[in-house]
Amino acid sequence: MSAVVGPETGIAVTPAVPAGAGVRRRTSFRAVFGLAVLLLMSGAAIAAPRIAPWDPGRQMLAKRLRPPAWQARGLREHPLGTDHLGRDILSRILYGGRISLGVGVSAVTLSACLGVSLGLLAGFHGGRTDALIMRVVDVFLAIPYILLAMGVVFALGPSLLNVILVMAVTRWVQFARIVRADVLSLREREFVAGARARGNRSLRLLLRHVLPNALTPIIVVATLELAFMIIYESALSFLGLGVQPPTPTWGWMLSDGRNYVATAWWLATFPGLAIMLTVLAVNLLGDWLRDTLDPRLRV
Amino acid sequence: MLAYVVRRLGQSVLVLLGVSVIVFGLLHLTGDPTRLLLPLEAREEDVRQLRALLGLDDPLWLQYVRFLGHALRGDFGLSFKHQLPALTLIFQTLPATLELTAAGLTVALVVAVPAGVLAALRRNSALDALCSVGVLLGQAMPVYWLGLLLILVFAVQLGWFPAAGRDGLASLVLPAVALGAFSMARIARMTRSGMLEVLAQDYVRTAHAAGLRAFVVTYKYALKNAAIPLVTVVGLEFGILLGGAVITETIFAWPGVGRLAVDAIFSRDYPLVQAIVAVLATVFVLINLAMDLLYTYLDPRIVFVRSRG
Repeated sequence: MSAVVGPETGIAVTPAVPAGAGVRRRTSFRAVFGLAVLLLMSGAAIAAPRIAPWDPGRQMLAKRLRPPAWQARGLREHPLGTDHLGRDILSRILYGGRISLGVGVSAVTLSACLGVSLGLLAGFHGGRTDALIMRVVDVFLAIPYILLAMGVVFALGPSLLNVILVMAVTRWVQFARIVRADVLSLREREFVAGARARGNRSLRLLLRHVLPNALTPIIVVATLELAFMIIYESALSFLGLGVQPPTPTWGWMLSDGRNYVATAWWLATFPGLAIMLTVLAVNLLGDWLRDTLDPRLRV
Repeated sequence: MLAYVVRRLGQSVLVLLGVSVIVFGLLHLTGDPTRLLLPLEAREEDVRQLRALLGLDDPLWLQYVRFLGHALRGDFGLSFKHQLPALTLIFQTLPATLELTAAGLTVALVVAVPAGVLAALRRNSALDALCSVGVLLGQAMPVYWLGLLLILVFAVQLGWFPAAGRDGLASLVLPAVALGAFSMARIARMTRSGMLEVLAQDYVRTAHAAGLRAFVVTYKYALKNAAIPLVTVVGLEFGILLGGAVITETIFAWPGVGRLAVDAIFSRDYPLVQAIVAVLATVFVLINLAMDLLYTYLDPRIVFVRSRG
């Protein structure tokens, strides 16, 4: 999957042509776009209390189910319309971004810590440790994660912390697999052997010499996982097992909007658009990181 | 070859054992399963009675062995809500889910493989750009949102397909498209990069030079080889689709295992939840085993590499 192929003809590259030169120019535009959208989204989420026109929980039943401002019954003070309880959709989307991005980033961080540690352990020690950890990885790959997450969240209660924990625990395998594969080849390299010969102990060897060299794929996977986690969180919310109301989340808004699909399209459309734009931006950034830092990971 | 098959079988058994531990643990998560099993207002003596009945006072390992013994015989207990064996309920709904999953995968493959091939053949063309935009959108669109949009446009406004339920082929179209979209994006992307790699190989150039028609070279020589890694992906993809079916079935009121599972979780029907997780994981493991064995048949080199690793 990873062979470098010349830009136009598809014939293997000759040294005169820098590999993928044409591609990189194009992807960097995408990366800039992705970064811009992501910055805008996170900026809006962080600044939500200052810029949101309304309190996201404020119900104004007299103005319920108003369409966006540009439509016939739309109101200028509610640019994206109001929901079935007369709450301002724009404000709810701004506040919802805090949950989506916050939970996403926390879950990725946690699952990276877990996955990277176990991946390092498996790859570096090899033998039985490796076999054991990899079988556990297989188990987690086999279980339908969304069902497992739903079952666990329901049993433990759907709090912010539980949602983050469950998301991390069901996704760490992504990190473990990639780190293990990298460490397997790294530990055979001369600089690791050299460091070992100088009397470095295992932990120091791992943290000082192996981990830094495995960092690139970790960053790439983390970015792509962030996109996944945002979808994952909103799916749990959508199913009623995410962060609970009255906290506005994009998934809940979609789920509310489901009952009004025929009569009030804006309820489900805008939060969905917010999810899609954010995920798209993160993916663009992740693709660019991968192509630039580590083309091997390309699928 | 035989050694590889045996090893691979052994691994699958181990994985299923691991799954059973997690499924068992699901019930014991909160410490006291009786709290999950009984309604919140249950009396103290009911709790004690149920504890004794379920053998919850025994050591944990003994409980697990008992659970495993029952599970191996297909006995996950009675569903609390339906008062039927959990497995019976699953087998009633599994066909609908497999139908939906297979349809989703078919939609994905039918669109994605030709699109990926064309994008690779006309690299950097407008078609290629269109494909990559499609891939990006497909990967960024959550299945529940896509499902709602499809219902809004094709069921509510155009009235071409039913919005919910399972009633003939027409009702299968929207859920299959919603479910397949994400896989479609990934498979298209893989086909494209796989094709690009294969097209650069010497044997493809030779085939062109030998005067074979471009169509024959593309489909008989290039695609066949580019398709090999796709086989494993299709296996993994099937598992992802099974998981995705949980949400798709909820949106489209599709009477499958996913909807049964969501329903079971919300009605605290833990034996049923356990059984569903176990059955879906087993289906996933078996399909991936089959795909891996198929893979070794398509590409015999892999056995040596894997036996050594």
